[in-house]
Amino acid sequence: MADHAPTETFALRVQFDTEAQQKDASTLGMWIFLVTEIMFFGGLFAVYTVYRSWYPNVFAIASSSLNEIIGALNTGVLLLSSFTMVMAVRASQLGQQKMIVIFLILTLLFGGIFLGVKAYEWNQKFEEHHIPGQAAFHLDGVLPEGQGHAQLFFSIYFAMTGLHALHMVIGVGILLTLIVQARKGRFSASYYTPVDVAGLYWHFVDIIWIFLFPLLYLIDRHLVK
Amino acid sequence: MITAAAQERENYLNASHGLKSWFLTKDHKRIGLLYLATITLFFFIGGAFATLIRVELLTPQGNLVSSETYNKLFTMHGVMMIFFFLIPSIPAVLGNFFLPIMIGARDLAFPKLNLLSWYLLVVGGMFSLYAMLAGGVDTGWTFYTPYSTTYSNGYVIATALGIFIAGFSSILTGLNFIVTIHRMRAPGMTWFRMPLFVWAHYATSLIQVLGTPVLAVTIVLLFLERVFHLGIFDPARGGDPVLFQHLFWFYSHPAVYIMVLPAMGVVSEVISTFSRKAIFGYGFVAFSSVSIAVLGFLVWGHHLFVSGQSLFAGMVFSFLSYFVAIPSAIKVFNWTATLYKGSISFQTPMLYALGFIGLFTMGGLTGLFVAALGIDMHVTDTYFVVAHFHYIMVGGAIMGYMSGLHYWWPKMTGRMYPEAWARLSALVIFLGFNLTFFPQFILGYLGMPRRYHLYPPEFQVLNVLSTAGASVLAVGYLMPMIYFIWSLRYGKVAPVNPWGATGLEWKTSSPPPVHNFDETPVVTHDAYDYASLMAEEVEVG
Amino acid sequence: MSDPQENTHIDSVGTYVKILLALLVATGVTTAVARVDLGGFSVVVALGIASAKMVLVALFFMHIRHSTKLTRLVVLGGLLWLAILLLLTMTDFASRGILGVPGK
Ligand code: HEM
Ligand SMILES: [Cu+2]
Repeated sequence: MADHAPTETFALRVQFDTEAQQKDASTLGMWIFLVTEIMFFGGLFAVYTVYRSWYPNVFAIASSSLNEIIGALNTGVLLLSSFTMVMAVRASQLGQQKMIVIFLILTLLFGGIFLGVKAYEWNQKFEEHHIPGQAAFHLDGVLPEGQGHAQLFFSIYFAMTGLHALHMVIGVGILLTLIVQARKGRFSASYYTPVDVAGLYWHFVDIIWIFLFPLLYLIDRHLVK
Repeated sequence: MITAAAQERENYLNASHGLKSWFLTKDHKRIGLLYLATITLFFFIGGAFATLIRVELLTPQGNLVSSETYNKLFTMHGVMMIFFFLIPSIPAVLGNFFLPIMIGARDLAFPKLNLLSWYLLVVGGMFSLYAMLAGGVDTGWTFYTPYSTTYSNGYVIATALGIFIAGFSSILTGLNFIVTIHRMRAPGMTWFRMPLFVWAHYATSLIQVLGTPVLAVTIVLLFLERVFHLGIFDPARGGDPVLFQHLFWFYSHPAVYIMVLPAMGVVSEVISTFSRKAIFGYGFVAFSSVSIAVLGFLVWGHHLFVSGQSLFAGMVFSFLSYFVAIPSAIKVFNWTATLYKGSISFQTPMLYALGFIGLFTMGGLTGLFVAALGIDMHVTDTYFVVAHFHYIMVGGAIMGYMSGLHYWWPKMTGRMYPEAWARLSALVIFLGFNLTFFPQFILGYLGMPRRYHLYPPEFQVLNVLSTAGASVLAVGYLMPMIYFIWSLRYGKVAPVNPWGATGLEWKTSSPPPVHNFDETPVVTHDAYDYASLMAEEVEVG
Repeated sequence: MSDPQENTHIDSVGTYVKILLALLVATGVTTAVARVDLGGFSVVVALGIASAKMVLVALFFMHIRHSTKLTRLVVLGGLLWLAILLLLTMTDFASRGILGVPGK
């Protein structure tokens, strides 16, 4: 396995005694960061829960105006990207320099596709006049007094998917940096913390989507035929 | 006079020179000093707004500034003091400097992140300062919707963005502390040998990490509503402004403990040192910090009693609010028990710490008053509430900060401050504080509402007293400013352990070397082991 | 200095492929089931499947399976705090007006 000797390792940073301590600290730091992300999205989940419980019928109609097949396929793409990400981590655990780069590029690719599809979906909303705050806003099948509530749904939709997409974009930036570093041979079986930690972030963003998909696209769809 | 030996010894201050060595430093001690300078600036800006408020309230007619300007004054006072001074204060300055040393580490786990946190605070502060100079904000520090989203034409976005950015500073500091405490302790530094200051910061960090992101997303939603008309809290579309208040106070009630827990940590250190006794009930004090952090998250609804919140929820939150008082009471009890039969000396840090206990108790008890749904209906939005939170935030948190600053000043700078002046200033601050804020309890009880600059003439006497007190308080705060700076040049050179205290920070030189210790310390005793310290002294003597 | 590899568990490619397939199947199932009228259970099923997917990603892709107790505690703590936020917020929104006091 160790046929690729690490071409470069970072010195153990001065505040740590051992590499194991350094790695442990980074991993713990990332997990705590992810907890802050749970709470960040948590605010949005709270908003969603409150309004969904108040206006279930309008939310069901608004929900079913989204194309759930596209949503499901895009979910699949994102899950694929998580798979390639974990494969990149595995490649770095094994010190397979080339495979790290390949899997990171694949991850980037799937992430890019996801964002592209998302952009397409957003664009649809503009064409359908499902943009909250615009005078032309109208959702078919909802009474005039429900249109405000429908706007709330789309406000939540845009806030949630928008902030999720922003996290994806940040993830793409991280992947690009990692790819550059990996090509320089920075990572090896004994030093791959950045790949590992970036992987945690990427999977987390995936998990957020795993919840956004049913919350926004699926729940109560059956009520609207 | 500075001895040649003291001058020669290399320490974190003289190890490198030049602006770059400061602005790109990764040394937690230098970063602590950067924070000290920054938040001192913010404190005096916030103080300037307070001065204007108090001068305006000298007369009942409201003839100094217009109502609009007055709204901006109290908003900007609150924003500066809470988000840019009190939240960072003890953790970012004293925590940054001493937490790694107290657990025997060479630095925090993520030094670059630590520097980034400081820059975030500075950038956030710049945004908010820009907003203030450009025209100000008038929403109150609470930014309630729909006023903040729809009607206010002040610089809401710039200010809120500043708070958002500063929030990340706070989150990252908390994250750094938690990882450091878990992963960087020196050999022998078990959890239950950690100083209580470190426990308090652990609890504080939990709140920063769990609460602040909710404030962040709330600000994002405010931004989206104001700029893109998303209307999440817009009643015209069936949205509920009370939901904004829930999200805001989910952070902001726990945030009051971000401000006061670190001060409690300081007080535990100082009380023990100047009584020359181990803290009574160490385990209880340590756990009470953590339980304050946890329980603090369950009571936010007590800020919504008179909003549209349901009566049922009001009752639940009122009930839960009583539990949060228990751990605080435990602390006060244990400090008092530590004093009992201790050999107490009344140096400046101790004076401040005793001041903290008294004033915090007062603030906490009135907190229980306002947490009672029925009483709060009467005093909400009056000066009673203003007095309540100032007793805790100024009487408590700032007293703790001053205590810590004096206690550790010799270690941070290598110089002693002038004791007599310092005692005098502690006294002036204590008296000034009470003169300023005690009348406000009475004013509130009599029904004077907060956030107005006009008031009925019969309230004038108490308001004049309060303004007089504020002037005394201002003098009290200026004095340390002067003698601290004076001491940098003329103060006596500080010995390694001027107070004869336990704790690793007193085992390394004053000021400490770049990586804190010449050799990684090995801890063999519990914290506050004065009993064996004194036994050793007897043997040696 | 301890060897960082000594406590690294390297999972097999097969494991990851299986998890991926399970996740994709779950996505298909939840999408299909959304059309079926399950009454109030529709929410439970949708969120149940999402939670199961989360657990798979966390355990396998994020290596919680091999992680320290502390990491698990951190994750559970995060979820608990999310629950506090949602539950106490809903205490208000689900109980408006139930005590029959006007406006409360
Ligand atoms: C320990 C540190 C504490 C701090 C720093 C603190 C701070 C504050 C602040 C800043 C406010 C005013 C918020 C506003 O602008 O409206 C406030 C109000 C309030 N506090 Fe405290 N507080 C503390 C402890 C407590 C405790 C222990 C309780 C009760 C158990 C409590 C109960 C309340 C209540 C009920 C209000 C709302 C009063 C009203 O608006 O009518 N506080 N507190
Ligand atoms: Cu509160």
